[in-house]
Amino acid sequence: MVRVDQTLDARNLICPMPVIRTQERVAMLDTGQILEVHCTDPGAIVDIPAWCRVHGHKVLIAETHGDESIVRLEVCD
Amino acid sequence: MKTQRKVVALISGGLDSMLAARIMLGQNLHVEGLNIFTGFCVQGHTHAIRNEHRKKQKRNDALWVAEKIGIKLHIIDAIEAYKDVVLNPKHGYGANLNPCLDCKGFMVGKARDWMEQNGFDFIVTGEVLGQRPKSQKRSTFPVVARESGAFDRLLRPLSAQLLPPTLPERAGWVDREKLFKFSGRSRRGQIELANDFGITEFSQPAGGCCFLTDTAYSRKLQDFWDHRPDRDYELDDIMLLKVGRHLRLTDSWKLIIARDSGETHYLNGYRSKFAHFAITSHSGPVTLVDGDIPDADVEMAARVVARFGSTRDAESVDVCFTRSDGSQHTLTVLPMLPSEISEPWYV
Ligand code: SF4
Repeated sequence: MVRVDQTLDARNLICPMPVIRTQERVAMLDTGQILEVHCTDPGAIVDIPAWCRVHGHKVLIAETHGDESIVRLEVCD
Repeated sequence: MKTQRKVVALISGGLDSMLAARIMLGQNLHVEGLNIFTGFCVQGHTHAIRNEHRKKQKRNDALWVAEKIGIKLHIIDAIEAYKDVVLNPKHGYGANLNPCLDCKGFMVGKARDWMEQNGFDFIVTGEVLGQRPKSQKRSTFPVVARESGAFDRLLRPLSAQLLPPTLPERAGWVDREKLFKFSGRSRRGQIELANDFGITEFSQPAGGCCFLTDTAYSRKLQDFWDHRPDRDYELDDIMLLKVGRHLRLTDSWKLIIARDSGETHYLNGYRSKFAHFAITSHSGPVTLVDGDIPDADVEMAARVVARFGSTRDAESVDVCFTRSDGSQHTLTVLPMLPSEISEPWYV
């Protein structure tokens, strides 16, 4: 089973709010912890992975199912 | 060993701030970016709501810039704090409801707070002397430096050689000789510099970095303020002003009518918060009602709704009206004739 330490509900938030909420949550997590973000803004699936790349966090999955997207990331140093 | 100084770059997503940050990277400084989200910012996604813009890649331009030049980017939620800037600008508005000078002071002020909290040494912006008639001129540059509290820790690398040396230059943290003297509205110098850096793709939002410079948007915002007991607003209010046709038939309510399926998809997300109309006998746009619509006005509104979409020539159209408490009823109406739609209804 996939380990997820925390889930963030960013559904119905308009970009860039899902990125801002992700950023705030990651700041509270430790290295190695896994955060799963649920969002509905179609831009979030592009922006959250981009934010992860510039900060060196690992994107484990970024996928869209219907109107909802899920980004799972691992907090890195 | 010389300590590596740290600089925070305000990144809007446009070319100038991208260049300012890139220049700093070339001077062996540690650079991180800061993007301030006010709620009025022009984002690729906002444009992408409409079908005609859907092919455009949906991306946050500031994040894209950060990734291109290889810096971290922090996005600051400044929606609440920005209200005071937009509601009570000390220096007034520009051609539309854009409080540019107050806004720049606010943004640099946010960067100053961030700089102090994170142990950074100074701030850079992409401001160019004379580029904007009111907010980027010789007399306003010191105002921004002073009102933000950044004082001479604020460096504008693109015009630095035309300005008095700042602390980072005097202290030798940056080499002033390698900064620039761009001025005016021409973008030629910046585009050449971008080429020198190998930057071939960049975003150039027409008219500015936010919706407040847009005439149609400002008109809708003014109308919104004119019909509320006070001018306070929530993020949803100002986002909805970016979407749909707005028709105000009376002082107490207006209609927000989706113009295509992209906008319908977007407005559908607001159905639980607003009374709304949906055409059930034909295909047609979703329409939100902003304000309190009395029962006596519902039929008139339904006839306007039926006028837009594929139903305009139909003899009768079924329109389902949902109140904000969720109760529903369906009306059968004749679409309003073009001659009955009053031009002043369009906000
Ligand atoms: S255009 Fe908008 S974001 Fe840019 S300085 Fe003016 S008010 Fe601020």
